[in-house]
Amino acid sequence: MKNANNNQSRRSFLKVTSLTGGGMMIGFSWFANLIPNEAIAAATDKMDWVELTGFIKITPDNQVKIFNPNPEFGTNVMTSLPMMVNEELEADWSKVIVEMGDYDTPRFKSQFTGGSRAMAMAWKPLRTAGATARLLLMQAAANEWGVPMSELTVSKGVVMHKASNKSANYGALATAAAKLPKPEKVELKKNAEFTLLGTPQKNKVGKEIVGGESLFTLDYTMEGMLIAMVIHPPAFGMQLKSFDAAEAMKMPGIKAIFDFQVYKDGYAKAGFDTRAFNKLIAVVGNSTWEVMNARKKVAAQWEPIQDTKEMVMARGGKREEIIPAGLESTETHLRLMHEMQKKPTRVARKDGDPETAFKNATKILERTYTAPFLAHNPMEPISCVAHITDEKAFFVAPIQIPEMMKQNIVSNLDIKPEHIEMKLARMGGGFGRRAYGHYIVEAGHISKKVKAPVKLIYTREDDLTNGIYRPTYIMTYKAAIDKDNNVTAIHVIGGGIPESPLHENRFPAGVFDNYLAESWDMPSNITIGAYRAPRSNFNASAEQSFLDELAETVGKDPLDFRIEMLKKAKANPVGKFNDYDASRFIAVLELLKEKSNWGSPATKNAKRGVSAYFCHASYAAHVVDITMKNGQPYVEKVVTAMDCGFVVNPEGAKNMVEGAVVDGIGNALYGELILDKGATVQKNLNSYRIIRHREAPKKIDVHFVQNNIDPTGLGEPPFPPVFAAVANALYRATGKRLYDQPYIKQLNKA
Amino acid sequence: MAKFQLKVNGKPLQVEADPSTPLLWVLRDHLHLVGTKFGCGVGACGACTVHLNGRAMRSCQLPVSAVGAQAVTTIEGIVSTEKEMHPVQKAWLELDVAQCGYCQTGQIMSAVALLKSNPNPTEAEIESAMTGNICRCGTYLRIKAAIQQAAKSSKK
Repeated sequence: MKNANNNQSRRSFLKVTSLTGGGMMIGFSWFANLIPNEAIAAATDKMDWVELTGFIKITPDNQVKIFNPNPEFGTNVMTSLPMMVNEELEADWSKVIVEMGDYDTPRFKSQFTGGSRAMAMAWKPLRTAGATARLLLMQAAANEWGVPMSELTVSKGVVMHKASNKSANYGALATAAAKLPKPEKVELKKNAEFTLLGTPQKNKVGKEIVGGESLFTLDYTMEGMLIAMVIHPPAFGMQLKSFDAAEAMKMPGIKAIFDFQVYKDGYAKAGFDTRAFNKLIAVVGNSTWEVMNARKKVAAQWEPIQDTKEMVMARGGKREEIIPAGLESTETHLRLMHEMQKKPTRVARKDGDPETAFKNATKILERTYTAPFLAHNPMEPISCVAHITDEKAFFVAPIQIPEMMKQNIVSNLDIKPEHIEMKLARMGGGFGRRAYGHYIVEAGHISKKVKAPVKLIYTREDDLTNGIYRPTYIMTYKAAIDKDNNVTAIHVIGGGIPESPLHENRFPAGVFDNYLAESWDMPSNITIGAYRAPRSNFNASAEQSFLDELAETVGKDPLDFRIEMLKKAKANPVGKFNDYDASRFIAVLELLKEKSNWGSPATKNAKRGVSAYFCHASYAAHVVDITMKNGQPYVEKVVTAMDCGFVVNPEGAKNMVEGAVVDGIGNALYGELILDKGATVQKNLNSYRIIRHREAPKKIDVHFVQNNIDPTGLGEPPFPPVFAAVANALYRATGKRLYDQPYIKQLNKA
Repeated sequence: MAKFQLKVNGKPLQVEADPSTPLLWVLRDHLHLVGTKFGCGVGACGACTVHLNGRAMRSCQLPVSAVGAQAVTTIEGIVSTEKEMHPVQKAWLELDVAQCGYCQTGQIMSAVALLKSNPNPTEAEIESAMTGNICRCGTYLRIKAAIQQAAKSSKK
C-alpha cells in the first residue's frame, strides 16, 4: 500500500479507450509527469482529456506498443521510460515496440516545463499507467472465465488461471479490457519485486541506429520539399544593412532569396526564445549543394548595431533588456572579468563573520579560475522541417523542450495554436543547444514565404558562428587558515559574461562558520544558453580544484579532506539552506575511495586526481589517472562513483556516465570558443576541438550506490566534477596547478 | 548539370547533378540514402564516411565527378541481405554502443574498412584508424570494444 497512488491523481492523468478495429489504448498525460506529484491533481483537473501524450497500445494481434512521450537526444529515454511502463504492464519486453510519440496540437495547451528530470517525474506516473493496463487485462480475463482476479497470474503478456488451465494473451483480452471501468486501487510493485527495472537492457532503437535508418530531422523528406539555408551577420554586434541576390538567383536550382525577421518587434522573449540574430537572409532551392553554392554568391552588407532594446518575458512579467553594441573579444572579456573580481559585487550568501576571520588568519589561500565560451556542437547540425499552409502548421523538429515553443510559434508566425502539428524526431545530440528552438520559427517563416515544405539546414559553420554558447566565467576562491591549519572562512566570488556561475548554497557552503559568496554578471551581445549542467559545469571545476589545493595547503589527503568537511556539515550544518545531502555525498566518496583503491598507487605510474559534485539531484565523484607522454596528458583510467537513486537501466546508465566523463575530459583539456571582434575564431570542427578516439580514457569504471531512493537524473551530474579531477591529476603529474581552461593551453604555455 | 553513372551498393545508378556536388549530397538528396550523415562538410568529423572500392572515404570531400566507376558502399549496403547484419553492426548492438546515434553509421563504416585491411588491429591501431570519427556523446570506449569483439567473432 505504501506505493499506491491516490485516486485523484491517478484518474486525472490516465484514460482508457477502445481502438477502432479492437484493442485497447491507455493514454497518459506526460505533463502530469513533469510537475511535482502533489501538484498533479490540481493542475490536471483543468485539463481536457484529449491532452494525452503517452500511449500504451495493445491490438488484437497481440502487438504491444509503448509510445515514448519524451524527446530523445541520446539519454536513452526511448528505452528507460518504456521500461518503467512495462515493469508493471508485464508484457513481453523483448517484443514490446517502442515508438516516439508525436508532439501534437493538444499538447500545446499545456505550459509545464521539463528540464532534466525525466526519470524522477516519470517514475510513479509511468508505472501507474502500466499497472492500470495490466489490471484491466486481468479483469477482462476474470470476467470471461468467471474466476476471481486473485487467482490469476501474469507473465510476458499472458494472463493465466492455473486451476482451470486457462490462458490468454493481452491481444485477445484488450478489446474487452478497454470497455471496463478503471480500477479503483492501483498498487505498484516494491523495488525488490522488480524483474525488468534495475536490469541492464539494450537500446530499443539500436537496430535502426546501426542500420542507418531515417531517424533524424535531417533525414526527413516530403513531397515537394525545398532546401533552405540562412545567411547571418559575420559577427555578434553586427546586423544586415542590405543585400544583392541578383547573381545568386541565377544559380541553378534556386527558387527564392529574401530577408526576413525572426521575431516581431516588441515580442517578449521567454527563457528558451534566445536567438543570435533577428534579421536573416534565406536562400531556398532544390538541393543542399545548390543552395550552399548560391549562398556564397549573395552580396550582403553589414553594419554595427546600436544598443538594442529587447523585451524579455521573465518571472515577474515583461521587462526590457539592453543588448549592448560593440564587437566583443575574448581578450577583452578576460580583462573585464579580472577587473570585476576586484569590485564590490552582490552578496548572495553570508554566514558568520568572514571579514574578522580573514583579518585574523595566519595564512590566506586565494586562487582565481577562468573558463571560455563553449559551443555545444551536437553531431547533427541544427535543422527543422516546416510546412505552413492555411489549414496546418506542420513541423518536424529536433527540440528538447517542445512545449516552450508554442508562444513563439503562435506569436511570430501568426499561427493558430490548434493548427500546430509537430513530429519529434530523434535528435543527433543536444547538450542544451536544442532547447532553443529559434530555428523552428525560422523554418516556419521560410515555408510561409515560399508556400512549400522546406527543410532548413544549418551548416556546422552556421551553428558554430551563429550559436548559443556556454558563457565565459571567472571564480575566485579564498580561504582563511589559522595557526593550527584549520580553515576558518571561505570567500567565493563568481562572475561571468553574461551570466554568473555561482551556486551559493552548494558545498562547501554549510561547512564553515564564516562563509561569503558574491556574484556579478555583465551584459553582452553574445547569445548564451544552457550547456550540460549549466553553471555547475564551471562552478564544480573551480570549487573542486580549490579544495584540492586547500587540502594540500593544510596538509590533508584531498579525498579525506572532503569527507571530513561533509561530516562537519552533516553533524552541524551552517546556514538555513544547503543544497546537498551530506550523508549521500559522504557515501559516494566512501564508495569512490574503496573502488579506486585510493591511497595505493595508480596503474602505469599514473598520477591521480579526485573531484566530487552534487547537482541535478544526483551525486558524482571521480578519480582520474593521468600519465604524461611527450608533454601530452593521457587518461589511463577513470573510476566513478554515483548516487542517482535507484538505477533504472544499469546498461544505459553506465553508457551515460562514460559519455559524460569523456565529454568532461574533452572540454577540460581542449574545449574553447574564442571571440575576436564579435566573430568566433573557431568556425568548424577542424578548429573547434572535440575529444577524439585516441584522447579518450583507456578505461572507465562506473559504480553506483545501491539504494531504493526514487531515481534522479544522470545526463548532467557526472559531467561537472570531471574537470577538476583532470586538473588535480595533472597537477600531480606535472607539478603545475591549472587555473584556466582549456587546461592543455595553460599546460603548454610554460 | 551533368549525368553520372554510379555504382552504389552494387547497383548501377544514374544521377544528374552539378559535377562539384559532394558524393554525400548525391547520396542524401538525390538517392535518399540517408544513413550517410552530414556533420561538418570539411572532412573533420567522419559522420559521412562511405567506402570507395572498399576503403573508408569522407563523402563530403569527394565530388561526384571524381567517383567514376569506383564502387561506392554506404551503411545501407554493407550487408548482402536485408535480414542479416554485418558482424560489426552486431557487435555495436551487443555492446549497446550508441547514445544519440548520429555518428554511429560513420563510425561503423570506418570500423568495417579497418577490419578489412587489418583483421586483428591493436588498440593503438584502432585509435589511430578511428580518430577521424568524432562521437560527441563520448562512446569511444564502447566503439573500441565493439571493434575488438567484431575482430574476435570473425576469427571464429
